[in-house]
Order: sequence, then C-alpha cells, then structure tokens
Amino acid sequence: MRRSVGASFSEISPSEFFYRNRDLAGFTNPTRALYFSLKELVENSLDSCEASQTPPEILVSIEVDEDGPSEDPRFYRIMVQDNGTGIPAGDLADAFGRVFYGSKFKLRQSRGIFGMGATMTLLYAQATTGKPAFVASSTTGRRYHGLLMKVDIERNRPVILRRLEGRARGWRGTLVSATILGDYQKAESKVISYLEQTAMAAPYASITFRDPRGRQMVLERVADSVPRPPRETLPHPSGVDVETLRKMVKAWRGGGLADFMVRNFQRVGPKTAEAFLAYAKFDPRTDPRTLTEADLSRLASALRSYGGFLPPDASYLSTLGPELLEAGVRRLLQPEFCAVESRRPQAYEGHPFVVEAAVAYGGPRLKPGLTVFRFANRIPLLYDESSDVTWKVLNSMDLRSYRVGPEDPVGVVVHLVSTKIPYKTIGKEYIADRPEVEREIRLALRSLFRALRNYLSRKEHMVGVARRANIYSKYMPLIARFSAELAGRARLPRYEALIPRAELAGEGGGEDGAGERAQDP
Amino acid sequence: MAKLRALGELVYDQIERGEHPVLRIPDRSVSNIIYDEKLRQYVLGNKVTLRTTRNVKHLRAFAQLIWLAYFSKLLSESHKTSTLRDVFYSAQAYRVDFEDQDESDERITELEALLGMAREEFNVYPEERSSIFGNLVIEYNVPGYEGRRLDLTSHPDGVMIGPALTTADFVETDAELVIAIEKGGLFTRFIEEKVHERFKAILVNTAGQAPRATRYLLRRLRSELNLPVYILTDGDPWGMHIAMVIISGSANAAHLTQLNVPDASWIGVWATDILKYKLPYDKLTDADVKRLRELARDPRYSGDPWRSQIDSFLEHRRKSEQEAFAKYGLTYIVDKYLPDKLGR
Repeated sequence: MRRSVGASFSEISPSEFFYRNRDLAGFTNPTRALYFSLKELVENSLDSCEASQTPPEILVSIEVDEDGPSEDPRFYRIMVQDNGTGIPAGDLADAFGRVFYGSKFKLRQSRGIFGMGATMTLLYAQATTGKPAFVASSTTGRRYHGLLMKVDIERNRPVILRRLEGRARGWRGTLVSATILGDYQKAESKVISYLEQTAMAAPYASITFRDPRGRQMVLERVADSVPRPPRETLPHPSGVDVETLRKMVKAWRGGGLADFMVRNFQRVGPKTAEAFLAYAKFDPRTDPRTLTEADLSRLASALRSYGGFLPPDASYLSTLGPELLEAGVRRLLQPEFCAVESRRPQAYEGHPFVVEAAVAYGGPRLKPGLTVFRFANRIPLLYDESSDVTWKVLNSMDLRSYRVGPEDPVGVVVHLVSTKIPYKTIGKEYIADRPEVEREIRLALRSLFRALRNYLSRKEHMVGVARRANIYSKYMPLIARFSAELAGRARLPRYEALIPRAELAGEGGGEDGAGERAQDP
Repeated sequence: MAKLRALGELVYDQIERGEHPVLRIPDRSVSNIIYDEKLRQYVLGNKVTLRTTRNVKHLRAFAQLIWLAYFSKLLSESHKTSTLRDVFYSAQAYRVDFEDQDESDERITELEALLGMAREEFNVYPEERSSIFGNLVIEYNVPGYEGRRLDLTSHPDGVMIGPALTTADFVETDAELVIAIEKGGLFTRFIEEKVHERFKAILVNTAGQAPRATRYLLRRLRSELNLPVYILTDGDPWGMHIAMVIISGSANAAHLTQLNVPDASWIGVWATDILKYKLPYDKLTDADVKRLRELARDPRYSGDPWRSQIDSFLEHRRKSEQEAFAKYGLTYIVDKYLPDKLGR
C-alpha cells in the first residue's frame, strides 16, 4: 500500500488516487458507502470537538432526495453538524476539496484510516449523484460562511459554485451535507449500531440522529470531561520501515546520522543515537542523504533488531480511562453489572498501545449470549467481527468456569488505543492477532470475567438467602399452627425467631437512565 | 390419638424453646429394610432420618407432615375417613401444597413410619376395589351404622372391602376356609359355582395386588376366626408375588407390621400345574424372566414351594392365567382343580 502511494503520486492527484481506490476506504457499494460516509463525517466532527476539549454536540440526519430513484438504492442527503472549533472562512474550501499530502513523519493516534474521510464522501457523492456538497462553518459564533462546492478530481482542488454568509446566532462548529447514492434499508442496522457504539466510546458526546422517516434517536452525554486529545509524536525507531526511512532521508535538512536519529525519533538522545550507530556500524557523522538503498535497508533492520531503545512513549496516547468507559457502557447497555479495566501501556513493533476493556452483564438491552463491542481509537468496528483477535481470545477461554452459560446476556467491550492499530488489511475492520496485543486483551478479559464470576456468585447467594427467607415465612407459621392444634394449646409457639431475615444488599443496580432512544413520529 | 398429640407437643415445645424442631423418622431406604425370619416379613432396621426445619429443603415436607397429623386428628375427632386422593385435595384448603398425589402418599407413608401406625388407623384409606363374599355376618362400628349387621352373601357381586367393613366385628360364620382370588372373573365364577357352600369358603377378590385394608381383613379372618387362608393367582411371577405380599407383606410397607398372613398358602396356579394340567400357555417374556431372577434373590422366596416353582418357570418358560382352565369346561377349576389343591 505504502509503496503504491509513493509510486503513483507524481502521476495522478491524491484525490484521484483515493477515488480510484475508494474500495479500500470501504465505499464498495451503496450500503457500505452510506455507512462509511456517515462514519467519516461523524469522526471528523468528534475529532474537531475533542481538539478544543468541547463536549461534542453532534447532529446527524439522513434524508431522502427525491431526485434519484424511488427505491433503494436511492439518493440520500447526509448532514452532520458539530460544535467543534470550526474552520476559518479562508480554509473552508481546501479543507473539503483538496487532499493534502504532507511530508511530515509524525505519528498521532487518530480515528480514521486515511484521515481524509470527508473528502472521500464528497468525491463519492459527486460520482454517484453529481450533486454539489454544502459545507458551512463558524469559528466565532457570530457569522458563518457556507459553500456550495465540488471537487476537481484531476487537479485536486475545490470548485466553489456559490458562497453564502450569514449570522451564526451563537453556533460555532462545522456542518457538512452531501447527497450520495445509498441503501438505507440495508445500512440501517449498521448505522444505528455505529452511532450507539460511538456514543459508548464517547460518553461525553451528545448525538442526535434523525432517520429518513423523520424518527429521532437521542444519545445524551453522561459525562462532562472530554479526554485530553492525542498529541503528535515522533515514531519510535523500532517501528520504522525502509519506505518511511527513505522519505525521512529525502526530506532531511540537518546534520549527520546522529543528529538525524535524535530529531526524527522519539526517546532517542545523543547517547542512545551513538550507541545504536556503533551497534549498526554507521559513522555518526555520515550525511543521511548519501546513504545508498542497501545502507537504508541495513539501517532499517538494525533499528528493528537493536534492543537498546527505551520503550515507546505512551503518554501521547489518549485513553478513555475506566470512569468514561464505564459511563459509556452503562449508557448504552444499562447492565445490572459492569466491570472495566484499563491496562498499562505496552508496545508492539515500536508502537505503543493500551487495551481498555469492559464486561457487562444483564439489563434490558443485552441479548442472550455473548455480544462483543470492539473499538480502535474510539471508533466502533462493526465488520469482520469473527476474525477479530477478541473472538480468538474469547473462544480460547472457558466461560463456564466463570459461571457464564452460553445463554447468559454478557457484553464484552475491547478498546485498543494506539498510534498504529494493527488492522489485518486496510479497509477491513478487525485487529490482527499480534501476540503482544492478544496477551493484553486476554489478561484484561480474564480479570474482568473473574469480577463477573464474583458478582454472579454473590448474586446467587443473595437470591438463595431471599428464597430461603420466603420459604421460612411461608411454612414456619403453618408448622406452628398445626403443632399448636395437635398439642391442644391455645397460643401459637413463638416461631418468629426461626425465620431468617433476607438481607438484600444492593449491588450494581446502575440504571443511569440516559441513552434511551426516543421515537418521535 | 395420643400419638398425634405427643407429636404436636414435641414440635410445639421445640419451637417454643427457640429451637428448630427435629423429628426422628425410621429410615425407609433400601439399606434399612431387613427381612425378619421370625415375622416372615420385611421390617425396618434401626436407622432413622432426621426431619428438621433447620434445613430449608426439609421445610415443606415438615409442614406437610405436621399438617397430615393435624388432618388425621380432625378426621378421627369427627369420625370421618378420607381417601388418599381426598388428602391430596384437602391440603389445598390449608395452603399446604403437594406437588401431586405421589407426594402426599409419600408423606402419609412417612407419618405411618413416624407414628408406627398404619394409615387406616388414622382414617386414611386408598380407593377400594377389592371385595368379599361368603357365609359371614358382620356388625358395623362406623358412625351411623353402629350395630347394623350384614350377611356377606347378601350381594351376588360381593361386598366392597372398605373402612367400614375392615373395622366391623365378625358375628357369625360357618366357613371353614378363606380363598383369596387375584381376579374378579374367577371370583364371580366361584360365587356362581357356589364354592362358598361346597367348600364352606369365604371368597375374597384382591383385584390384583391386595390393598392393605384387604390384607388387614385377611389377617383378621385368620386370627379372629382361625380360618386357613388359601391364595389363587395367575401362574406367572406377578401372580406369585401377589400371593407373597399377602403372606409376607411388602417391602414398601416394611415400616408396618400386622398386615400379613404368615401361614396363608399359595395353592396355584403353580408352574408345575401348567405341565400337570396341560394348560394353554404363553411364553414367558423377557420382563417375566427378569422378574423371576429378581424373586430368586429375595429371601422371602427361599422356602417351598417358591424356590421349586421359580426353577420350574425358568425351565419350561411358560405362564398360564387362571382362566386357562376353561379349556376343560367352565366348572373344571371348581370340580377338579380346587379339590386337588385343597387336598379333598
């Protein structure tokens, strides 16, 4: 993939390249395209809000556009509006109508796979319905700027058809509306699951969704704190391949190899650089730009094999944390029991990662059996579930030993946070079974299922105590009465002390009340 | 009645002391059933099971048991009787629940074991279907019939053996023996053929396995009137066992004595009779053979004629019903077979 990006770039524009490869981004058919368009726009909005630490208010709507066919697949107008930072009027057209190809090599935990989802949606809209998109934004809350626009695919630039301007009436944020060919009937369940699960991983967000029939689903926020946004970081030396190295060298405007190491990689100081270069048998003063192809691949494999680097810096990752994760799980599932666990940061191939997980039990929303909710950098993963590493781990666990039967309503939530999510292939929504990641997931789930087992044993005990008390209060008075009759005594014997009391300590009652779906006609 | 009162006091006083009441009930499980050679019946050993309200699993059964005792007291105070089925339904009026009649029957048996009394003594009877016919006059003791007499030949179908008859006094008889018959058909034939006159016999139709009231009545006929009791059944392992239960009691009622007639005689149909009288027969089924092997291991079957009859069955593998004698005409069994077996 990376190779073809580099090779194709001089010949076609980035937007044309992405359009030609739209299958990779998930736009394979009207059903998926509808789902992915909405997903890309919502994720852009969430990123924008989180960047400014604003609790997100996202409004999503899908409407039928009667200009298209009268049955699915037909034209749908997708609109997503947020309360994020907004985009200055001068940048608005480029933000949606041009694909940038930067020469930076910094890494950042991000939601999207390509990080250009909105443009992809516009391109797809243009190709399937030919209708221009409408984008509008306000950065101040006083005035907004709007554009009716298209994208010139070949020349990679926006084409503005009309400009609009007006009073924002206090609204700050961005609005995008595009008309695409979609199949809502088939996409509906994925769209709903996506929004619900997005809300699970972002309990600090309020999301309102209006469907093509005018029904409204409101997911109110249940937390006020927005997690710190992920920061950009330099790559860890052991996670860099030859291709990236080549581009780094090409862009290098500094001194020798030692300097190159210190300024391009995280957690590499002069001493580490020196020690590594001695290990790799490179002269620290060599100008990186003079390295041959063979030198580069020798350098790359030395970076991977050298054991002396400090572990990757996980402080650049933005996790949800146990409180937010629990709030999100409780909002969506309203379980009778919920346990969460945030593992400590680990690394695979130079990429730091954190596994956060939750196990929920019971409540009105979980169906019998196991339901798995997978997230990568707060994005719900809805496709390819059975191939995911989480299922591999679950299948290898004997859940009966945790008192969980096959029909028990159990929700398993796994959130993987990393600067690089190990997807098996691009466009697929499942996480490959890297041993380091698998191990963390396994440890998290084991500890969570142990907590569930404790809860279930306690509950069973409580139910037993209550049932016992019930049985005693039914039969002891009868026994007392008949023994008195038999013995010919007028008064009942004092039997009350023999009835055990039911001590029903409440546990995990957790009805947060929020997150219900309101259905308006 | 005193036993019922004592039971009530025992439970009452334990509760009053703040203790969970405990009852010691003779254990009726197989491991505690012992064959008593002298009594020629099964009896219970020394093991007891504890029924206590301390154990929540016992609570319901405990309540059922004490209710049954109370219900029996009511029955006897009001001179009423109740069938097993009545008991099951009556319980519902007291909010005492039985899963089914099997459960209430089981609890009644437990109360019998606890008090060492047959259920008939606390006025609970099974549904009756056995009957009696013969030259015997009885006098009732039940309320409303005190002093009334009945000649047991007065009804050509026989008189049903129920609580009233079981407790009646025997007033007058010229009978010299008792014949217990397994099936109603042959019982009717015997009445028609005037077996009661020709053999001076009191005829009892056990209608299959003899109910306890019938066994109790047979025992009284033996002990109070000093009449020998003869038993006539089908010639198969099941008929043989009907006779054995009358003689030695059943394992199910090992907690009760006084329900058997140890010196009654099984006179047929024997396995050897099937060959001797060249009776029409059926082949023994697998179930029959299995049952015979079980009986062969049962200590009650160790003597004569049991042992040799089991061997004979297993040898020729045939069985014949009482009706098989009809091959030689309807009266053959009375004219020829019965005199042979009674040694006349």
